[in-house]
Amino acid sequence: MISRRRLLTAAGATALLTACGSNTGRGGDGQALRQWYHAYGEPGVQQAVERYAKSYGKVPVDVQWNPGDYDSKLATSLLSGSGPDVFESTTQVSAVRAGQMVPLDDVIASAKDDFTASILAGHTVDGQIYGIPQAVDMQMLFYRKSMFASAGVTPPSTVDELVSAARRLTTGGVKGLFAGNDGGVAVLGGPALWSAGLDYVTPQHQVGFDDPLAAQAIGKLRELNTSGALLLGAVKDWAEPDAFTQGLVAMQWTGLWTVPAVQKALGDDFGVLPWPRLNDSGRPSVPVGAFGAMVNAKSAKVAEAKEFVRWLWVERTDYQADFNQSYGFHIPPRQSLAASAEKLKTGAAADAVKFVRDNAKASNPPDWTSAMRTAFGDAVSQVVRDGADASTELRGAVAKVRDELKRLYG
Amino acid sequence: MTRSFWLFVGPFFLGLLVFVYVPIGWSVLLSFFDARNTVTPTTFVGFDNYADMLTDGPFLQSLGTFSLFALFVVPLTFVLALALALLVNGIQFMQTFFRSVFFLPFACSYVVASLVWKLSIFNGVRFGLANTLLGWFGEEPIPWTVTPPWYWLVLVTLRLWLQLGFYMILFIAGLQRIPQHLYEAAWIDGASRGWQTLRYITMPQLRTTSVAVLLLLLVAAYQAFDEFYNVLGTDRGYPPFARPPLIYLYYTALGSGGQDFGHGSAGAVILTLLIAGVTLLQGKVITR
Repeated sequence: MISRRRLLTAAGATALLTACGSNTGRGGDGQALRQWYHAYGEPGVQQAVERYAKSYGKVPVDVQWNPGDYDSKLATSLLSGSGPDVFESTTQVSAVRAGQMVPLDDVIASAKDDFTASILAGHTVDGQIYGIPQAVDMQMLFYRKSMFASAGVTPPSTVDELVSAARRLTTGGVKGLFAGNDGGVAVLGGPALWSAGLDYVTPQHQVGFDDPLAAQAIGKLRELNTSGALLLGAVKDWAEPDAFTQGLVAMQWTGLWTVPAVQKALGDDFGVLPWPRLNDSGRPSVPVGAFGAMVNAKSAKVAEAKEFVRWLWVERTDYQADFNQSYGFHIPPRQSLAASAEKLKTGAAADAVKFVRDNAKASNPPDWTSAMRTAFGDAVSQVVRDGADASTELRGAVAKVRDELKRLYG
Repeated sequence: MTRSFWLFVGPFFLGLLVFVYVPIGWSVLLSFFDARNTVTPTTFVGFDNYADMLTDGPFLQSLGTFSLFALFVVPLTFVLALALALLVNGIQFMQTFFRSVFFLPFACSYVVASLVWKLSIFNGVRFGLANTLLGWFGEEPIPWTVTPPWYWLVLVTLRLWLQLGFYMILFIAGLQRIPQHLYEAAWIDGASRGWQTLRYITMPQLRTTSVAVLLLLLVAAYQAFDEFYNVLGTDRGYPPFARPPLIYLYYTALGSGGQDFGHGSAGAVILTLLIAGVTLLQGKVITR
């Protein structure tokens, strides 16, 4: 049995070790900039970002790789003074109002026009830019060409066509569509609104779905869920292509990042589509989002941090191309890079680039706060999974979103 | 107080103070402020956060759901754990073996167990364990974790599997403290070995254990988080069904982008008061 004294000594030693442990940085001297990334799934990204940081000549840069719940960890660290100097995140109006990051308009400066406007809008609050977009991710509808051909179904261009296609493609062990184990609640709420020409929030900061059409649009998701054509309870969720590549479904809603895996499994036997329009007032859509590089306002080295961000994410276009194309499968946020990327010139990837140009909708706009997301998500969930009345549920969500907008914009 | 008292108690008391009492106090403080994206707020709002939370539909709904959940799962766990304890305590051979076997699941991590339940036993595709069983009887696969009311089956069986062993051990300890001569006296007086001794000897003698078990079960029911978060939560959040109050508060105060510590703390204080209230009430009813 361990004696009390030994236990105390051990505890003391642990405390000392912890004290040392907090600054094991490879730069090591306290002068280094601290840069945080979330853990990208693709192999090689971590080594790549460490290589970029190492080649920066002006100050040493410590890269910290953060597996697990990155958002919560980052949010907590930004509350204290001990957070990173440079980090990646999405821009949220609440964080901007709390003064957590510094505006980067002077950093992006002349390169501004080269960035895809819809992507940059996702990092703009009250006219100022808070994040330099690093890599664009988007979601779209994947479909199996051979299954469509043998069922005599053509790629859907309206939501009604999609629902009937999903029904007709459901045969034997194959379901028509997979859009997540929650029946598409988490990922299709936005596309449903856009399909009817609505949105989360209008550019004038008003509720974007205070309209009878919204109930009809969300009602279509309910129709899909009760049609028996939807795969539910798959082992991997919508973000992984497994259900699609294993032939469990004829269509799946998933992300651009799965294209290499799908290509490997199915060759040319697949195509991609945006989420179709519901009616004539709506348009096809794809949700897009991009993590942006940001500078912590509480950092002691704001000027150095801004210069590093400018160097890496504005000046070094070779690194930006490498980051977007050499590991996973992303679209560079800069049009000049997207246009010259070989991998994006053919097949599904080329279609994706076209969708981002023509049909992009911000998946997580800055003024769409967590409280609004919960209110809207709850409403969609009650309708889609419990069969609650769509207009009643959405009315509740509209009221909540309006309160939040009023608090933020007066 | 001697020096050695502080030497031994000091470090642990300090830890308790820094990591438990100060955060609780701070949380109560935050509940009276508009504390969005900050833990050092400056805008005092009085009881506004409490008023908001007490009129907040989803929060009240989760409190209601989990009061119902407690009403259901507490007696169920209690009866099953007691039955298991009586059975294991009654057998003459391999008692230690069975005690260990039933206790072992308690040593399993909630997260690991949740993943086993979600991904292998109750996954929704046709080759999941439960769906394979259904398939033998010609039934269609059920997406267990997304269809009401089936997700309750997943969550309750998981909770029972994880917890039963622990409460069984508590009951066995209680049972072994009951003096044998009480039973012998009862038998001499003509009491039957089954129901009568259980009703008039075992249960009254187990009263203190029962009260403790009930309290622990009740608190555990309101504090549900781990298995719910891991079975029903996705990277996009948590559905509005079977949402424990703690998960709702977690998303309000901490989860991706929430950062509303004022409302989160107010909710936590309300939940604490509710648990304390129900516990006191239950204690009063039982020990009367």
